[in-house]
Amino acid sequence: MTSDALVRDYDTLRRDLAARDRGLREKVTTLEQAATLVRDGDHVAIGGCTLSRTPMAMIWQLIRAGRRNLTVSRSITSTEGDLLFASGLAHTIVSSWFSQGIVWGISKVMRHHVENGLAAFEEWSHMAIGMRYRAGAMGVPFVPVRSMIGSDVARIRGDQVKPIRCPFTGEEVMAVPALNPNVALIHVQRADPYGNAQLDGLQFMDIDIAMAADKVILTTERIVSNDQIRRAPDHTRIPFFTVEAVVEVPYGSVPHECYGQYEPIFAQLDRYAALIAKDPVAGARQYLDDYVHGPKDWSDYLAKVGIDTLLTASRRGRVIFND
Amino acid sequence: MTEQTTSSAYTASELIAIMAGRLLVDGQIVFAGVGIPLLAATLAQRNVAPKLTILFEGGVIGPFIRPGELPPSTNEQRCTRRANMVLPSTDVLLLLQRGYVDVGFMGGAQIDRYGNLNSSFIGPAEKPSIRLPGTGGGNDISSLTNMIVAMKHEKRRFVEKVDFITSPGWIDGRDSRARCGLPTGGMWRVVTDLAVMGFDAETREMEVLALHPGVSFAQVQDNTGFPLRRAREVGVTAPPRREELALIRELDPDRLYTA
Repeated sequence: MTSDALVRDYDTLRRDLAARDRGLREKVTTLEQAATLVRDGDHVAIGGCTLSRTPMAMIWQLIRAGRRNLTVSRSITSTEGDLLFASGLAHTIVSSWFSQGIVWGISKVMRHHVENGLAAFEEWSHMAIGMRYRAGAMGVPFVPVRSMIGSDVARIRGDQVKPIRCPFTGEEVMAVPALNPNVALIHVQRADPYGNAQLDGLQFMDIDIAMAADKVILTTERIVSNDQIRRAPDHTRIPFFTVEAVVEVPYGSVPHECYGQYEPIFAQLDRYAALIAKDPVAGARQYLDDYVHGPKDWSDYLAKVGIDTLLTASRRGRVIFND
Repeated sequence: MTEQTTSSAYTASELIAIMAGRLLVDGQIVFAGVGIPLLAATLAQRNVAPKLTILFEGGVIGPFIRPGELPPSTNEQRCTRRANMVLPSTDVLLLLQRGYVDVGFMGGAQIDRYGNLNSSFIGPAEKPSIRLPGTGGGNDISSLTNMIVAMKHEKRRFVEKVDFITSPGWIDGRDSRARCGLPTGGMWRVVTDLAVMGFDAETREMEVLALHPGVSFAQVQDNTGFPLRRAREVGVTAPPRREELALIRELDPDRLYTA
């Protein structure tokens, strides 16, 4: 196990992949079962971005299952990051930006944890995060980029980024290390039982994340047949052999959005913001009690969020397909 | 309504959005952040620059944001309205690196006399008094193209030296940006509720190019934490026009960005 190393050993990565059953097989399971694929201390990459296609149900389940001490990476981190810190699920978040969203201001939960040294927010530029996943997906130990140069964003990363000289032109570029997560959590609009995933709208870094990770836990708004996938293979973005579990979870990103299905649940996001505005510690704890630990299952959680707000978000979500 | 009452009846954010939007040129490709930059770019696109192509870090090429449907960040479905294409977010950022982008356009928490931006830490990075949200795409955009920054003009935001360089401007001035390995781009304009600023071509120090109507140079200096330079001829911007204000209010009826 070499996941503590900044760049994981290539031979091990290859060996682990070779040892996996990459056959076309059904992987449909439950949130509870899928959660057992994540071990304490793993590096878990989260798909989607900000308030979009966040694999919220899977994160919710990992918190309920009591997983601890994960390192979590994501392009941009929103309210799910607060829950990761407040629950103890993650001690480090690797991201380019971390707060609920400009409409709600700076995350008080993030501030509380980082300013008091309770957890770490490792900042990288947005493109650097993307290129780290891409290097991981490419099977190379680093890639050169032309950003982060000259800034304190690079300085505080210490030995994690290094200027290198191009062997052809002699110019200096910045080398960013490959990131191969142990697990990727990705939420999509539809997938078949084998894990062939099709996603609509914004892809963010999800394809690179899937290819870079040891395995993908896929949650999907609905499971479709393999025949349906094969009718439009050009729409498939994540191939089945990267996937280890497929869980059907309607409204699996709530209170965040899922493109074409539902917009963010603004009422719920406002409710959350009001709770933590008073007291980031007590507010986050109350939110976890009421909305994560309290509900008996995901449907019960959705009921607590409220049918009216879900319907409003669904109506707005589908509007994207109108002219 | 007389011209007088029209010109006084706008918020600081509306003023910044209108003045910043005027800097965009038809046919350009602009990489816009959420908030005032998104609003200003959309205003320009609807007003004077119909061939302006907007990019969002979520991966979007050429959207037309719908009035009343402003996105909470540049990563939600509202950002994709009538777009030509959606790319993976890494690839839209790579367009900056390849050189397709004319202007980067974002907000700023703290800026210094050489146009370096801080959106990461107030106080030392090891033990900050405030941990800010971080760079997002800001570092990439400001490293790789010419920048417009839109922000409120306050002394605590305009400081001699930023606590932390999140998004590089002209670093320590003169040719220091190029010397540290950033041969392209740089801070071009800073638009506030008081003035429009640029940077001296040689020293790269911030200088006032134009004052907004009714604002004096002394007032701008009083709200700035370092000595400002004056351009050889300091102009006065034209006040917001009725149709510009109407369009802003149509785009942002709930004052999500312009409160």
